[in-house]
Amino acid sequence: MQTTTTTPRDEPFCLGIHSLNSRLIVGTGKYSSYEIMQQALELSGTECITVAVRRERLIDESGHNLLDFLDTSRYTLLPNTAGCFTADDAVRTARLGREILQGLDNPGADWVKLEVLADTKTLLPDPVATIEATQRLVDEGFQVLCYTTDDPVIALRLKQAGALSVMPAGSPIGSGQGILNPNSIRICLEYLKADDPDYPVIVDAGVGTASDVAIAMELGVDGVLLNTGIAHAADPLRMALAMKKAVAAGRLAYLAGRIPKKLYATASSPESGVIAPRGVKSRV
Amino acid sequence: MEIFVNGQARQVPAGMTVAELLKLLRIETRHVAVEVNLELVPRTQHPQHKLVDHDQLEIVTLVGGG
Repeated sequence: MQTTTTTPRDEPFCLGIHSLNSRLIVGTGKYSSYEIMQQALELSGTECITVAVRRERLIDESGHNLLDFLDTSRYTLLPNTAGCFTADDAVRTARLGREILQGLDNPGADWVKLEVLADTKTLLPDPVATIEATQRLVDEGFQVLCYTTDDPVIALRLKQAGALSVMPAGSPIGSGQGILNPNSIRICLEYLKADDPDYPVIVDAGVGTASDVAIAMELGVDGVLLNTGIAHAADPLRMALAMKKAVAAGRLAYLAGRIPKKLYATASSPESGVIAPRGVKSRV
Repeated sequence: MEIFVNGQARQVPAGMTVAELLKLLRIETRHVAVEVNLELVPRTQHPQHKLVDHDQLEIVTLVGGG
């Protein structure tokens, strides 16, 4: 029997020169131990993990280094500029991250997850400084993945500034509130992919549980970046597996094409051929 | 001479290079990047780059992050 399908075939997740077999990007922060982090990364199925750049601790000689616990031949590292509040500091941090990754011979040396924050309470990005930093980093040859809000106009400006991917937040970083405004994400997708359907859009931040990931993927984003949702779950290992399944389920559902929402019911069983109601005589 | 490493003042011999400082601090060079006075000093230049009085250094590594 020959079967045909009308839904699009899924492609590998292509981000610039990188081709990933998982659409989940997972952060390495906030785990209770490096061992739990290692196992969670494994269970999540991710091939790309984010890392932060920070001062080397010069006093604690016994302190372990994250790099002792990461198989850098297995994962593509995505260094971030988290904690930067100016374009200058973000550019410096990106250069430092690239220098370390080049020393590790990791393929992630060509890119950066750009965060230029505006406010410590909300961790909302500074959109003006983010656009400026994007332009400067692109000029220096970086592939820039931009953390931003779900504002479609800013998203488009970032793409025009040369961002490899625009990454709108579903809700504030670490808040676990999920996708607060799916309509904004829809408009971001429409604007960013208008003449360029393969342009990668990633939901970054706010994911609290598996259904949040599935909802993001069902909207048609290309990937999800998360950290706290796994790291701070009561059981991070189970949650890592749940996130892996959610990203796959959401992607499949998006490709399959959901049914439209309707106000009234539509019976699933045939409406004809029902047995005669009690007390009604059959006609001969 | 006095230099500042990650915000802390430190006395080191005059003319010390970045590579010599990292060795003194027993830092695994593969794990770090070094900036002197806001400018990145690439790994290949560590042996030649001589520090001068009042240099401000940032020595950074990778840590867990999202």
